[in-house]
Amino acid sequence: MSTEKKHNTEEVRLMKGNEAIAHAAIRCGCDGYFGYPITPQSEIMETLMDLEPWNTTGMVVLQAESETASINMVYGAAGCGKKAMTSSSSPGVSLMQEGISYMVGAELPCVIVNVMRGGPGLGTIQPSQADYFQTVKGGGHGDYKLITLAPASVQEMADFMVKSFDLAFKYRTPVMILADGIIGQMMEKVVLPPFTPRWTEEEIREQTPWATLGKTPDRKPNVINSLRLEAADMEKLNLVLQSRYREIEQKEVLFEEFECADADYIIVAFGITARICQKTVELARQKGIKAGLIRPITLYPFPTAQIKEYADKVKGMISVEMSAGQMIEDVRLAVNGKVPVEFYGRMGGIVPSPEEVLEALENKLIG
Amino acid sequence: MKEEIIIAGFGGQGVLSMGKILAYSGLMQGQEVSWLPSYGPEQRGGTANATVILSDERISSPVLNSFDTAIVLNQPSLERFECKVKPGGTLIFDGNGFHKFPTRTDINVYRIDATEYAYANNASKTMNMIILGGLLKVRPIVKVENVLKGLKKSLPERHHHLLDMNEKAIHIGMDLIRKIN
Repeated sequence: MSTEKKHNTEEVRLMKGNEAIAHAAIRCGCDGYFGYPITPQSEIMETLMDLEPWNTTGMVVLQAESETASINMVYGAAGCGKKAMTSSSSPGVSLMQEGISYMVGAELPCVIVNVMRGGPGLGTIQPSQADYFQTVKGGGHGDYKLITLAPASVQEMADFMVKSFDLAFKYRTPVMILADGIIGQMMEKVVLPPFTPRWTEEEIREQTPWATLGKTPDRKPNVINSLRLEAADMEKLNLVLQSRYREIEQKEVLFEEFECADADYIIVAFGITARICQKTVELARQKGIKAGLIRPITLYPFPTAQIKEYADKVKGMISVEMSAGQMIEDVRLAVNGKVPVEFYGRMGGIVPSPEEVLEALENKLIG
Repeated sequence: MKEEIIIAGFGGQGVLSMGKILAYSGLMQGQEVSWLPSYGPEQRGGTANATVILSDERISSPVLNSFDTAIVLNQPSLERFECKVKPGGTLIFDGNGFHKFPTRTDINVYRIDATEYAYANNASKTMNMIILGGLLKVRPIVKVENVLKGLKKSLPERHHHLLDMNEKAIHIGMDLIRKIN
């Protein structure tokens, strides 16, 4: 889709989304991966272990004893200004929520990859998008937001790995790559990002003046902490975070449109569901139905203004998700009652087909 | 050109690998490709399947509900996917262990007894390549030379001495397949 890049010197490869994440992590100068295996994303750590980056770039790859340990290892590494990441699937990411909230509280950057599977509970191993609320509305406690990128192709798995670290360090925040079992498991063509060396100790000092690297005589000690016993201090941090979120909402929205210019009906979908719905749009157009597709690429910040703009131009919208209906709330907020916003979704690991989405569009919107 | 294919059978018959080899072959001839495996519990002992798309244009959905070509290697897969072949499409089956056979008359049905051949000739490791050969005879969507290039690319070097054996299997499959309707 939109972010397909051609690096002249890089060959086109065929690999799984999970493998692309692993390759891209090494290539973008990641310092450490800490994780615990869970289907459907275990190939991320498997590929990293297979590539043995500790022998090449010096990147650490460690299987922790649990997801709770993983995220706290990420916390520790991030506190030292390192590019640290973890990955898991839905139940494992639930276990990480405390750590994520603590990292926000300590203003620490990191990348978390969630290759979602069906829930609730230990659930199924098949694909799902039912962690939208958890990711976008704050799965842990406190007033925070996670920048969330939703890849829809293997190429984007690689590209977003690089982008996520940039955003994480730019805003000193954890960033989530929210994928699903299909993108993790399917193979597509991919051009991997070029190699960027890991930061040297000197570069870390320069890039992360807040990191705990050992005090030098010319500055006060850096403290990494998420506990602030004075309410006034805590509010001050919250104000800093909120102003950062406003900046993120201004600058970092990413979305993609497909056949929207003359559309009467718009499907809103993210991740693999957007790919499925792109085929639905093709099928609809063959039947003379003017359908279009908006794909939010960043789920937070959400493309509210862009969706709002289309609310004046179309007869209705339908949010299609592999969940009981979560993103639809943000679509409805954007549309603000101007046109009907319907929903179609499958749950628990069932993937909707392009044909059944078309049927839902016809039944619910056109009638 | 766009070919949407489902390959389905028991876990262990090589359906996922066959799909991968097809995808690599498409890559070798510069096409857009997608390979989507069933990775659910069915892979762990039951039926496994892979959806493969080869296309000259960008692929929208890697998830499909109807196919140009279905290759089915066991009874449950025939029952599940015969109805999903587009009218005018192609169905290829290996009749080993089948008690019910394809009934549709609006599609091209081919039989290839690769399992039987493979057991009789001690070639069970290349059974899926025999079937791939059969597919390429009736649907020449990729060139054999590109299949071999793809194999070379996807196989670790320590297995490259097996390339000849795989090439032979493709040609055996081309001779073995026959149209039955």
